Amino acid sequence: MPLLRAISITKSFAGVRALRGVDLELQEAEVHALVGENGAGKSTLIKIITGAVEPDAGTIEVNGRAIENNNPALARSLGIAAIYQQPALFPDLTVTENIALGLEQGGSWRRIDWRKRRRQARELMGLIGAGINPERPVSSLTMPEQQIVEIARALGTGANILIMDEPTASLSDREVENLFRMIRELRARRVGIIYISHRLDELFAVADRVTVLRDGQTIATRRMAEVTRAELIRLMVGRELAAVFPKRQVPIGDVLLETRDLGCRAAGVHGVNLSVRAGEILGLAGLAGSGRTELARILFGLTPADSGQISVRGVAARIASPQQAIRLGLAYVPEDRRRHGVILEMPVSANTTLAILPTLSRSGFLDSKSERIIAAGYAARLGVKTPSLFAPVGNLSGGNQQKVALGRWLATDPAVIILDEPTQGIDVGAKAEIHRLMGDLAERGLGIIMISSELPEILGMSDRIAVMHEGTIVGVLDRAEATQQRILELALGRQAAEPTNRTHA
Amino acid sequence: MLSRYRREGAAALAYLALLLVVAGVAPSFYSAANLRDLVLNNAPVLVAATGMTLVILVGQIDISIGAQFAICSVVAGWLAKAGAPMPALAAAVALAGGLMGAVGGGLVAGLGIPSIVVTLAMMVALRDGLRWATEGKWVQNLPENFQWFGLGQGAGQWLIAAIALGIFVAFAWGMSNLAAGRAVYATGSDAEAARLASLNPQRVTFGVFVLMGMLAGVGALLNSIRFSDVQSNAGVGLELKAIAAVVVGGTSITGGRGSLVGTLIGVALLGTIGTALTFMGINPYWEKAIQGAIILAAVVSEKFLGRNGRDGS
Repeated sequence: MPLLRAISITKSFAGVRALRGVDLELQEAEVHALVGENGAGKSTLIKIITGAVEPDAGTIEVNGRAIENNNPALARSLGIAAIYQQPALFPDLTVTENIALGLEQGGSWRRIDWRKRRRQARELMGLIGAGINPERPVSSLTMPEQQIVEIARALGTGANILIMDEPTASLSDREVENLFRMIRELRARRVGIIYISHRLDELFAVADRVTVLRDGQTIATRRMAEVTRAELIRLMVGRELAAVFPKRQVPIGDVLLETRDLGCRAAGVHGVNLSVRAGEILGLAGLAGSGRTELARILFGLTPADSGQISVRGVAARIASPQQAIRLGLAYVPEDRRRHGVILEMPVSANTTLAILPTLSRSGFLDSKSERIIAAGYAARLGVKTPSLFAPVGNLSGGNQQKVALGRWLATDPAVIILDEPTQGIDVGAKAEIHRLMGDLAERGLGIIMISSELPEILGMSDRIAVMHEGTIVGVLDRAEATQQRILELALGRQAAEPTNRTHA
Repeated sequence: MLSRYRREGAAALAYLALLLVVAGVAPSFYSAANLRDLVLNNAPVLVAATGMTLVILVGQIDISIGAQFAICSVVAGWLAKAGAPMPALAAAVALAGGLMGAVGGGLVAGLGIPSIVVTLAMMVALRDGLRWATEGKWVQNLPENFQWFGLGQGAGQWLIAAIALGIFVAFAWGMSNLAAGRAVYATGSDAEAARLASLNPQRVTFGVFVLMGMLAGVGALLNSIRFSDVQSNAGVGLELKAIAAVVVGGTSITGGRGSLVGTLIGVALLGTIGTALTFMGINPYWEKAIQGAIILAAVVSEKFLGRNGRDGS
């Protein structure tokens, strides 16, 4: 009997289908890998298993028994525990206290037997072979040590279904080896582990089986020993280009922006070489956490580079602040527009002119007439649907908010505009409009850098595609030669050869 | 358009209602002398609350302005006794306030320390520093040419009211017509978004604290010239009066939304209520309780009137 089964799980968020009939089966003493592109539905599935999200349809079975009305407390009591990329511990409490919180049950007024808890903490740490002093505050532990504490806490609650979401994302090679040793130890103790990772090579080292998700569906479940890396990637992509992208052929002009060996230690970006030409759309692809947004922030002077060179129109430039970036003709429409792309309380007009306040005002005095003219101009040109120029942007739809954000940056008259996930979370119609606007801008000779997690969008809109992996650009593909498969191969790491370290298979 | 000012409108209606009730119950409230006293008492509060509106709009708070007010008052008194001419004295008082504001603003904007902590520490340090410097003594026997700007009570009173109102109008105009005003709103709404839009939220925050200090200084001057001596504990509770007026005027305590017009109404409402109670023959002990109730009503109505559009769309 399988330890855990997910059967035909379906889930929609605000009309968008995140999962459409996902199946997953975890055996006792099994490490089961779960892979898929950004947005394939891995996180949603995990949230459903841990009870954080309720599915629209489908069942979760533990030990053959269907769970009704799953919730985090119920899932925990059934032995399900999840460990995320960023350890979710209380930094100011000690290791013992953190573990005790997981063990504690019953009313708020029960006395905690600290001596017993301390003994249990020490036992648990010993169980997984970690020599961490249980009296240390968690904030003084390294990232891998915190992960170990999380595992100990999960085991302390009697978890036998462990979900690990990108556990190696911030670990060094040696730390990864330690983690794998611990995982094998857990497997020997009959624990079932769902292991999520973008690092395919690791899966061959640690997993027994693998399930591939794509577009919210289970594509295949295979034995790790019977599948190759190339095959896995093929299973992960292979999606039809769903939407039609209005890509127009426009003459490509001079190089507008170029970087050589650009890096910033604090942002985890290094050795970036890229160039954008007039009229060109450069797609910036990569998995979440590959450093795409960080690179955009470096180019825009938000986290200035500490190595390498930037040149604008062939002239070396230093970009240490957004003000300098704007003067050089750069613009950046950030990701997550609801939070930082527009100011929701402010009216459409003030939002449109926010980045050009210095040019709009004479010795500090705002020229409200030109402000109205400029705002009305961009609202008309971009087709912003708003009851009035003085309506707060918070009252507009997502697509219209994004247009206001775009208008703000077009008002700075940029030569190069960086669009970070420009169509994330907006409806299909507004999406097509944004794509059409991008075509207009390219036609007028702007260089566009488009960051997107949606491969069809990247393939449909870009003239060239730069793929990032672990903080640098690992390959640039021409429109003609780019396929989902090739992008994903680059995004998952450089070596396309078969890994040799199949230690357990 | 109208819906944008409904919080200010609510406060204005409440004030109007108060004035009507008073007109019915105690028409003697509207004597020239009483109205003049009200204006004079509240002129310094209006100046301080103007600065506080900016501080709150930018998403911060300054509870040290009462202490700054006291120091500026004493400085004004000392300079007057030393024979400083009025223009130099006024400039020096504003400068003293600005310097204290710069210290607080520097810590808040530069180091990112929460303003409640910074200004709490400053409040305590400044008050006790002043007590040590003055040994608790008042500055007495101020020269004739200091009181009422040396213009005599009649003209001096008009000048106090005119200065307070002039400062208020200038700031109200500036907040909607200067790029700097726009930057204050943007910073208070979302500092990161403001930074992405190439504004400099830290500089804006620092500047607002400096202005707050300067306005505390001006308010202190407008207050001290009405009396023949300066109390070393002047301005106790001024920070609360100012914050309350701003909140009652409909400015969001979390920053980014509100207006100076609202603050004017808030100052008027809270400043009038005590006197109005006296005239209506109600025990003035009720004043604070009613003020508290008004403040609560303001923040509760903010909860319901406020955030339209933010969560919905």
